Amino acid sequence: MALEFGVEVYQNEYLPEGSADVDAIVTVTASGAEKSGPVAAGDVAQVLIVDTSGSMRYPPTKLAAAKQATAAAIDTLRDGVSFAVVAGTERARVVYPDAREALTVANDRTRAAAKRAVERLRADGGTAMGQWLTTADRLFARHTGSLKHAILLTDGQNQHETPEQLTRVLEQVGGRFTGDCRGVGTDWQVGELRRIAEVLLGTVDIVVDPADLAEDFRSMTSSAMDKAVAGVSLRLWTPENAEVLFLKQVSPQLVDLTGKRVAGAPRTGDYPTGAWAGAESRDYHLCVRVRPAGVGDRMLASRVSLLDAAGTVLGQGRVLAVWTDDTALSTRLNAEVAHYTGQAELASAIQEGLEARKVGDVETATAKLGRAVKLAHESGNADTSRLLAKVVDVEDAPTGTIKLRARVADEDEMTLDTRSTVTKRVGKG
Amino acid sequence: MESCPECAAPVSSQDRFCEACGRNLRVQRTPVGGPGSPAAARCPCGGAEFDEDGFCARCGRVRPAGRDRAEFSFPGVAGVTDRGRRRARNEDSLAFGRVRKRGVVAAVVCDGVASSERAEQASQLAVDTALDVLLTAMQSGGDPEQATVDAVLAADAAVSRLARAEAADVAPSCTYVSVVLTEETATVGWVGDSRAYLVGEAGATRLTTDDTWAAQLVADGVITAEEALTDRRAHVLSRWLGADSGLEAPRTMTFRVETPSLLVLCSDGLWNYLPEPEDLLEVLPRGVPPVEVARELVEVALKSGGHDNITVVVVQLRGGNGA
Repeated sequence: MALEFGVEVYQNEYLPEGSADVDAIVTVTASGAEKSGPVAAGDVAQVLIVDTSGSMRYPPTKLAAAKQATAAAIDTLRDGVSFAVVAGTERARVVYPDAREALTVANDRTRAAAKRAVERLRADGGTAMGQWLTTADRLFARHTGSLKHAILLTDGQNQHETPEQLTRVLEQVGGRFTGDCRGVGTDWQVGELRRIAEVLLGTVDIVVDPADLAEDFRSMTSSAMDKAVAGVSLRLWTPENAEVLFLKQVSPQLVDLTGKRVAGAPRTGDYPTGAWAGAESRDYHLCVRVRPAGVGDRMLASRVSLLDAAGTVLGQGRVLAVWTDDTALSTRLNAEVAHYTGQAELASAIQEGLEARKVGDVETATAKLGRAVKLAHESGNADTSRLLAKVVDVEDAPTGTIKLRARVADEDEMTLDTRSTVTKRVGKG
Repeated sequence: MESCPECAAPVSSQDRFCEACGRNLRVQRTPVGGPGSPAAARCPCGGAEFDEDGFCARCGRVRPAGRDRAEFSFPGVAGVTDRGRRRARNEDSLAFGRVRKRGVVAAVVCDGVASSERAEQASQLAVDTALDVLLTAMQSGGDPEQATVDAVLAADAAVSRLARAEAADVAPSCTYVSVVLTEETATVGWVGDSRAYLVGEAGATRLTTDDTWAAQLVADGVITAEEALTDRRAHVLSRWLGADSGLEAPRTMTFRVETPSLLVLCSDGLWNYLPEPEDLLEVLPRGVPPVEVARELVEVALKSGGHDNITVVVVQLRGGNGA
């Protein structure tokens, strides 16, 4: 694991007298994969979870596309990777290799056999995603390699278990494997899948056209196998009496890591970041509340370190605080912090606006979505602007003047909701 | 048998230098190069561990440089220098020493000019150079006035050599105030706006006049003393040490020491808050050793805002403690 992690910190370290909150954007860039390459195939385990509840039959293209996508993912598995396919209903069934719940090693023979098993899948039954994840967890438990990744495909809501049951499962499996979630059609719940994806430190997206599913599965599978190091965590050291107000991944998408803190040595806490590819960059927004020192004093507000699963430090950066009575220094806005503060507000404005729209609160929906249009415009987030324009009529983007549309396609609304957490990277085209 | 204060090797009372380490045994002085280099052992929070960048492992604050706060105390003389609350660095320096068995004490305070570069280096070099000249001259029974003039000119020359040709307008510079105390007399010399006060039974007197444009204008009757306090030129120096000083000689004054009293040298970080001798007299603690007097005066300046670096050296005259 010769991967190196460069840590860059963007902040205005100057604080006015008595001020306690220190904001910084921490950019972590992994490099060195060309030397080390991705982790060995034997270290990688993949579990493909396909929803086979009754609803997958309508329209018939949905199940067909799911089968095709799963087959594409299987084809992408490198020789030597351990894998299994799980069919999910109100229960979970290992359809390949067999019901004994063990992973098998990919080769020409097992890939062909797995695809035949997928071809035989029939849609019938309910939906209990907690069951699916529990089964995946059991499969992964026997795998000794470092990289464990699941793909979860569903088309519906988690109707056959209570939210509490799902929560318990998520608490249990969080940190044991990573995973990406995909919703096909428009009958699934964005919030539900987003919650699962956050625990699995992965992405969530909507696949509107089943025909696009195969390509999506192929790319998720190959990017999971391209990871060069797994189990990376971000360690924060903060001074005595300091408090981490929040730590969020803000690029490529928003993930709040604040609650994932695992306390370590005194004044340190670790936050999981999952697996990293050899050439990958992510931004984090850190906000620490320290005990203010005197004017002219300099303080290390936080030391940010990246650690591999064995605890080896792979990279380090510093967040500073300097108190000054020079307001020209302390009032200067840091461009990176301002940008991501805006992107986070954009995401919550979209989510709150859509929620208000659903319950018929036109006033709040108009205000929130108008604010979102303005923020997306100001930050140059063209993708989000485009998605917003399908849900509202934009009269003037710079001022955020909009009108709600009477009719909005479900898929447009869900796409906007799902992708609200995808941020625009600061300073990049 | 005595032992060398530097290396503890045995020395005789006749020795001028330690045979083991070469230390001058006739002289006791503050360390050349300044206080506690390179850095303090403990953070103000009490933490004693620092990372490789010098941040306290407990409270995160940067390790205090030795210069930020230093105290020195010898029999009859003590000094405290402090960064204050607003400045990023302490650009004041102090140095003092005693010639044993001759009853001689010499002390120097220099205040680096903030608008010049490497101001703390200038003030440290100035106090070290001047003290060296003063102690050497007084060891061989030199004249205090002449020693003071020589010390200032040597310090001026040394500080001038710090200047870079390409940055002449920010040539390192500093103020200067010193006292040389013998058994009968005290000689004060100064350049710039660092001050000397005499505090005796009869009250307090300022011994120096500021080399500032404002003071000059007051002397010339252009503005009143009250106006000078708030005048923006109040701190603009008319004389200093450094490459661009054009200095010919310091001002000096000598007086006979007849009664027990205290002599206070200070930078403007103190007297800004205590402009008149009566102000100093009011806050000066009585009946305590010089180091406690110096600490208390620095504390007064810190509590008043500590806008500038603060340096105070207190010298006892005839065992006086300001009572």
